[in-house]
Amino acid sequence: MNLYEYEAKEILAQYGVPVPEGRSVTTAADAEAAAKALPGHKFAVKAQILAGGRGLAGGVELAPTPSKAGEIAKRMLGSRLVTKQTGAEGEVVERVYVETAVDSRKDFFLAVLVDQALAQIVVLGSKNGGVDFEDRVLREPGIVETLPVDSNGSLDDTLCDVFLNRLGISGDAAAEARGIIEALVKVFRRIDATLIEINPLTLTSEGTFAAVDAKVSIDNNALFRHPEFAGLASSAGGDEIEMQAQKDEINLVRLDGNIGVVVNGAGLALATQDGISDAGGKAANFMDIRTTATSLQVARGIGILLNDPNVKSILVNIHGGGMTPCDTIAEALALALAWSDRKVPVVTRLAGHNADYARQMLVDRGVPHERCDTMQSAISAAIARAA
Amino acid sequence: MSILCNSDTKLIVQGMTGRSGTFYTDQAITYGTNVVGGVRPGKGGKTHIGRPVFDTVRDAMAQTGADATMIMVPAHNAADAMIEAIEAEMPLIVCVTERIPVLDMIRVKDALRGSVSELVGPNSQGVLTPGACKIGVMSTADAKPGTIGIASRSASLTSEVVASLSAVGLGQSTTVGVGGDPVHGIGFQRCLELFMEDPGTTGIVLVGEIGGSEEEQAAAYIKANHCAKPVTALVVGRHAPAQRRMGHAGTLSVFGSGNAASKNAAFRSAGVSVVENVDDVAQAMAGTMAAA
Repeated sequence: MNLYEYEAKEILAQYGVPVPEGRSVTTAADAEAAAKALPGHKFAVKAQILAGGRGLAGGVELAPTPSKAGEIAKRMLGSRLVTKQTGAEGEVVERVYVETAVDSRKDFFLAVLVDQALAQIVVLGSKNGGVDFEDRVLREPGIVETLPVDSNGSLDDTLCDVFLNRLGISGDAAAEARGIIEALVKVFRRIDATLIEINPLTLTSEGTFAAVDAKVSIDNNALFRHPEFAGLASSAGGDEIEMQAQKDEINLVRLDGNIGVVVNGAGLALATQDGISDAGGKAANFMDIRTTATSLQVARGIGILLNDPNVKSILVNIHGGGMTPCDTIAEALALALAWSDRKVPVVTRLAGHNADYARQMLVDRGVPHERCDTMQSAISAAIARAA
Repeated sequence: MSILCNSDTKLIVQGMTGRSGTFYTDQAITYGTNVVGGVRPGKGGKTHIGRPVFDTVRDAMAQTGADATMIMVPAHNAADAMIEAIEAEMPLIVCVTERIPVLDMIRVKDALRGSVSELVGPNSQGVLTPGACKIGVMSTADAKPGTIGIASRSASLTSEVVASLSAVGLGQSTTVGVGGDPVHGIGFQRCLELFMEDPGTTGIVLVGEIGGSEEEQAAAYIKANHCAKPVTALVVGRHAPAQRRMGHAGTLSVFGSGNAASKNAAFRSAGVSVVENVDDVAQAMAGTMAAA
C-alpha cells in the first residue's frame, strides 16, 4: 500500500523526521487559508496522487502568496495529472498539500528498503537528489551509496560515518543526518514499510535538513497487524477495479490491449503476456488467480474482463496445479458467461490437473469457446478473434 | 537419485491439523511420502489422519527421527514456525505459506545464518522427487522420475515445464520451487550446487522471472564454476510493462537490476541455453542432452 505524501509526512513527523509545516486540503479556499496560517513567505502546492513523477508533470508548484496558492490549488483540484508512472489515463487530483517552501542549499536522496539478496534492511543515499534522480541513477548507478542496517535495527558507527562522508555531509549536519536515518529505520521497522524514500532531503539555507517529499509504501502482507492504517485515505486509493479483484483473490493489473487474459500463477501470466506480445497482440490485463480463489471469485474476475468494452476476446490459459484444478476455472467461466449480456469470443487452453474433466464440463454446459491444446495456438486464436 | 529429499526422507508437517494441512498431508501420504507426524501446539499426544501429533518440532524430531518439515501454518505464525524448526536443527524446511511479511522473513534469514537447515520457500509449491517424495502442494500428475533437475520461481511454470519434459521422455530428479517472495530460502545458486553434486541429475532447467537478482547470481556461479552439466533457462516477463508490479512476479527494483533482457544476457554469457517461451524448454533440453 502506497501512502499519500501528506499521510507519509504525518507519520515521519511523529518519529522526529523534520518535515516542512503543511496542511492537506480539498478546496481552493482552504488552500489559501492554509497558506495564510503557515509560517514563511513562499508556499509549495502539491497534488496528492499515489504515483510518482509529479514534479516533472506540473503536480508541484510554488506560490509567492497565499492567494496565488489558492489559484494553483483551484487549477490542480479535479484535474487529471498524467506522470511517467500513472499511465495515459492519469490520476484525478482530489487533494492538495500546501506547505512552507524551503530554500535549498543542496538536495539529497535518502531511502530505506529491503535488500532482497542480502535479506537485510539497507539505507541508500545520494548527494544528487531531486526530480531527475531516477533517470540519472539509471545512467550512473555509482551516485548511490549504501549503508547496511543490523537485524536489530542499529547502525554501525564507522559505516555510518563513511556513508555520510561520501554524501559530503559533515559537522553539525552529519549529526542531524544520522538522527534522521535512525528515525527512518525505526519507523520502517515499526510500520512494516517496504520503502521509505525522501527525495529530496533538502539541506536548507539555514543549514538544517527538511524532508521535502516523502514516499512510504507499506507491506500489504503485514496489514493484519496494522489496523491503524485501515482508516487512511490511501487504503481506499488505487484502481477501483484492481482493488475489487484483490478482494476476490486475484492479482489484476489493467493494461491497454484488447485481449483479456485469465491465467493462474504469476509466472504463467508473465509467460502468456510474453507470448501475446511476441505474436503481435496486446493484452488488456495481467491476471494471476491465487490458489485460494474459489470458482465464484474467479467468475467475478472474468466478469471484469467481460464488462470491459476494450476486451475483444478472452484467452483462458490454465495449467491446473495442486491447488487450482482446471475445473475450478471451467466452472467460473461458465458462470461468468451466464451472468454477462456481452458476448466475447473465448479461447481456452487447459492443461494439468483435471484438464480433461474441465474440457468435458465446458462441452456439457454448452459454454461457447474455441478449444486449443497448446499455449501458442491459443494465443494465435485469441489474437485472431480480437482482430 | 535426487536432491533435498528422497524415499528415505521422514517428514513432519507443521500445521498438519488445519484444513489445508490435512488435505496436503493426506496427498503426500497417498503419493508415498513417509510422513511420520505433525506439529500443532496444544494437540501433542493426539493422532491426526493416522499420524502422531506433537507440541513442538523438537519433540517430533526426538520421537520420530524426522529430517524434513513442511510448514503450512497461517502467515502470521509462519516466521515463528520456521524459526522453531531452524532452532531444532531440522535439516530441511519447506514453507508453503504465502503472504508472509517481508520483515518477518528478515528475522528468519537471520536465524538461518550459521544454522544446519536448508530452507525452501516461503510462498513455494515445495520440493518433489518424482516417485519418491512429495513435500508441498504441487501437481504430480505429469511428473516422472528421471535425471533433469528443475529450480523455479513459479509454481505454474514448473507444472508446465514438468509436463513438457515428461512428454519428450525426460523425467525429473527433483523439482524445487524457490518461492515467489522477495526474501526467501535457498535460491537458484544453492539449487545449482546441489544438482551439480547429485550424480542422479544430468541436466538442469532454471525457470526465472523479472525482478530481483537471482538469475544474475546463478549465471555468475555457472560461469565461475565451469558447471559441467547442461543448463537451460527461461525468464518470463520480457514484455511486462515497466514500473508496474505484477503479482509476486517482477517486484521491479528501482535500482537497475531485474529485466528479462539483462538476465538472459547474463545466462548466455555463462553458456546457458536460453529459451524465450515455455513451450521451447523441453526441446531445448532434449537437444542439449543429446549433444552432451
